[in-house]
Amino acid sequence: MANESQSKISHPGKLGYSFRRNLNERFIEAFLFLSAALSIAIMLAIVAMLAKESVVFFQHVSLWDFLTDTQWTPLFDDAHYGILPLISGTVVSSLIALSVALPLGTIIAIYLSEFAPFTVREFAKPFLELLGGVPTVVYGYFALLFVTPLLQIIFPELPGFNLLSAGLVMGIMIIPYVSSMTEDAMRAVPMNLREGSYAMGATRFQTAIRVVMPAAFSGIAAAYILGISRAVGETMVVAIAAGMQPNLTWNPMEPAATITAYIVQVSLGDLPHGSIGYQTIFAAGLTLLLITLVFNIIGHMLRKRYREIY
Amino acid sequence: MKNVNDIEEIRKIISLHKRWDFIFMIAGVLALMIAVLTFMALFAHMLIDGMPRLNWEFFTSFPSRRAESAGILSAWVGTTLVMLVTAIAAVPLGIGAGVYLEEYAPKNLFTEIIEINVTNLAGVPSIIYGLLALGLFVYQLGFGQSILAAGLALALLILPVVIVATREAIRAIPVSIREGAYALGATKWQTVSDHLLPYSSAGILTGIIIGLARAIGETAPIITIGALTFIAFLPPSPIKQEFPYVSFEWLTAPFTVMPIQMFNWVSRPEEAFQLNAAAAGLVLVVMTLTMNGLAIYLRYRMRKNIKW
Amino acid sequence: MQNNTEQSENATAYKSEVRNLNFYYGEFNALKNIDMVLHDKKITALIGPSGCGKSTFLRCFNRMHDLYSGNRYEGEIILHPDDVNILAANVDPIEVRMRISMVFQKPNPFPKSIYENVAYGLRVRGIRQRAILDEKVESALRNSALWDEVKDRLHDLAFNLSGGQQQRLCIARALATDPEILLFDEPTSALDPIATASIEELITDLKSKVTILIVTHNMQQAARVSDYTAYMYLGELIEFNVTDTIFIKPKNKQTEDYITGRFG
Repeated sequence: MANESQSKISHPGKLGYSFRRNLNERFIEAFLFLSAALSIAIMLAIVAMLAKESVVFFQHVSLWDFLTDTQWTPLFDDAHYGILPLISGTVVSSLIALSVALPLGTIIAIYLSEFAPFTVREFAKPFLELLGGVPTVVYGYFALLFVTPLLQIIFPELPGFNLLSAGLVMGIMIIPYVSSMTEDAMRAVPMNLREGSYAMGATRFQTAIRVVMPAAFSGIAAAYILGISRAVGETMVVAIAAGMQPNLTWNPMEPAATITAYIVQVSLGDLPHGSIGYQTIFAAGLTLLLITLVFNIIGHMLRKRYREIY
Repeated sequence: MKNVNDIEEIRKIISLHKRWDFIFMIAGVLALMIAVLTFMALFAHMLIDGMPRLNWEFFTSFPSRRAESAGILSAWVGTTLVMLVTAIAAVPLGIGAGVYLEEYAPKNLFTEIIEINVTNLAGVPSIIYGLLALGLFVYQLGFGQSILAAGLALALLILPVVIVATREAIRAIPVSIREGAYALGATKWQTVSDHLLPYSSAGILTGIIIGLARAIGETAPIITIGALTFIAFLPPSPIKQEFPYVSFEWLTAPFTVMPIQMFNWVSRPEEAFQLNAAAAGLVLVVMTLTMNGLAIYLRYRMRKNIKW
Repeated sequence: MQNNTEQSENATAYKSEVRNLNFYYGEFNALKNIDMVLHDKKITALIGPSGCGKSTFLRCFNRMHDLYSGNRYEGEIILHPDDVNILAANVDPIEVRMRISMVFQKPNPFPKSIYENVAYGLRVRGIRQRAILDEKVESALRNSALWDEVKDRLHDLAFNLSGGQQQRLCIARALATDPEILLFDEPTSALDPIATASIEELITDLKSKVTILIVTHNMQQAARVSDYTAYMYLGELIEFNVTDTIFIKPKNKQTEDYITGRFG
């Protein structure tokens, strides 16, 4: 807008001027485009990096052994490369977390969206947001040094590292995530549907359960699925509180390692670049990425669907 | 026509149904209370354990084998420097991508792929970014286990947050503003830089703060890169006495950050170190809560002030 | 002639009486000192320019304003035969809504099947017996002239119906619970002329079963369907009379200007 400051206003009709201006615009657009395209490059780089090391890994270990061997001991002399123990740890800790986060998150969302007075909502929402902003390493500390000792009062035989405490804390951690997305989905339901229900003499609870929730179904399902993906990918809480020993178990009272905790454990050690141990974390990472990607894609498809309806 | 019996019947049904309203009300408040109380317990536990350790020496000492004299100097300096790299990398790229997607992008398949991809990146577990950084930055590009590698890893991690915040802030500006600018002969970039970016700056800033608050607390990707946990020295100073007065040596220096320091102390069996962990956790939580609180406040102010 | 009609109409019973009704959105006095009656089993139309408060008035009858905070009623709406003031604080709005149904401006079927939409009001009342539900759903759909079109696909999603069908479904939903008064809030404003004609016909047919109060911005519609018409302006009831009188010989100059289109 330099020409504005000049006393004599020049009309940018001349070819040379508009050519320079055009070039400038093009240059900027190119930069903006590259920033946007960078996201694709990142995704490709992630896949390429994980795949590259995993290919080397799978030259040593057959895919069959990887999927069926019941032991994961890559760092021992008698090395086994079965992902199942890591999967079982991930599944158990995620299930515990979800059994806390989904019901509580849903109840909070319904309460805030349909029941709570304005002032309660005004305070509760930022509070939940703050809760979601607490670093995961702090939650890990809390699980190991507060929740586990508390649980040991009820279950004296509970070991210091266990999936139960890690899962419970992870669940609390995911509540804000689930509740805010569920609430968004419910708030997107148009008011005239609620009015239709209230006009029939329905109570708040009936309107929430019978009209708003079915109308927001795909959005709520998306919130759940993205919550699952979050639980599966969570690292620090399980790494700190569940121990890092691969253990094929479905018992939440035992210590075990998740996929993420294993990656942390290896990274803490001094594994030489290019060794099979180094490659195992990429194979584990690839498994994790595939699992979470599936959940994320389903979740976003569902979210898109409810956005299209309203 | 209703008779009195019908109305009596209706009243009975209503009072029955209202009981469910009441029960659910209680359930809702209880669920919220669980979240509130957990947070209180977490904070109180750290406060009781960590408060006695929080003194000047704690902030000005290096980690040590003796818990009582250990501090977080190298950790908070490391965190500051890593955040600097993260912000420098993520802010322009994130805003650029957000502006492109909102204002420039043609409606075609490639744009749609970018959009889907941004949402997918936001859902990739943070530890995967660590693996990417380990393979790409640490080894392939030879940055080593450095501040640069860590800063870039976290920048990639928070890029989707900045992109989404930028897009939402720009989208909230009504079309009439754009048309007003174009009608005065502004080019696209002039419209963006003179109008859209200034008017959406509060929203974008909110996104940046939330992103950085998340990056400060991230532990997993930094562990994966292989950050050392015992660092008893500071990275080289970025300011030099002699020409050219600035130095970028610190970028390639080994480092530690707050969450790593805390993780290290939590994993120690000795109780004295766990007190240190509580103190470090307290500092970390206060830092992230302050940032998130600032972002929430900014957004609240924005909603109150701007009515398009 | 005109007087004769008026006399005989006055002889019919009142279903509801509005006495000195004031309504406030926060500080804003949206309805001012309204006195009016609803004749039993007749159609009463509310007309007036947009923003005159006719929808606000309609929504007092089923206490819809209770859903949002900061709203306040003063005065009475007496519902006969039990003479209860439905605006009284001790009267449960849910009870009012169970007795007085409403059809909205834009069709708002629930994201459920056609059957479940009609059955909703019954389910809300806790009725579970299949036989009763089936019977009520069928008779409501017949009364709303939708039965023949949907009887083979009762379990299809209601969203798949056309706009006019959706609105008739909403009427069926409102009818299924045998309401005492049926409120219509500009029920045809979102519909095409053909669907509008079928809804108007339906409303006229329903007169024998239920008392109707309808808000419309379309004067021809008021003239076609209603027995009584009330003209409102800026929250006040300017004139209320037999529809023919309002349209042929309005007593008030303002009403006349509006009716004849001279309104500014």
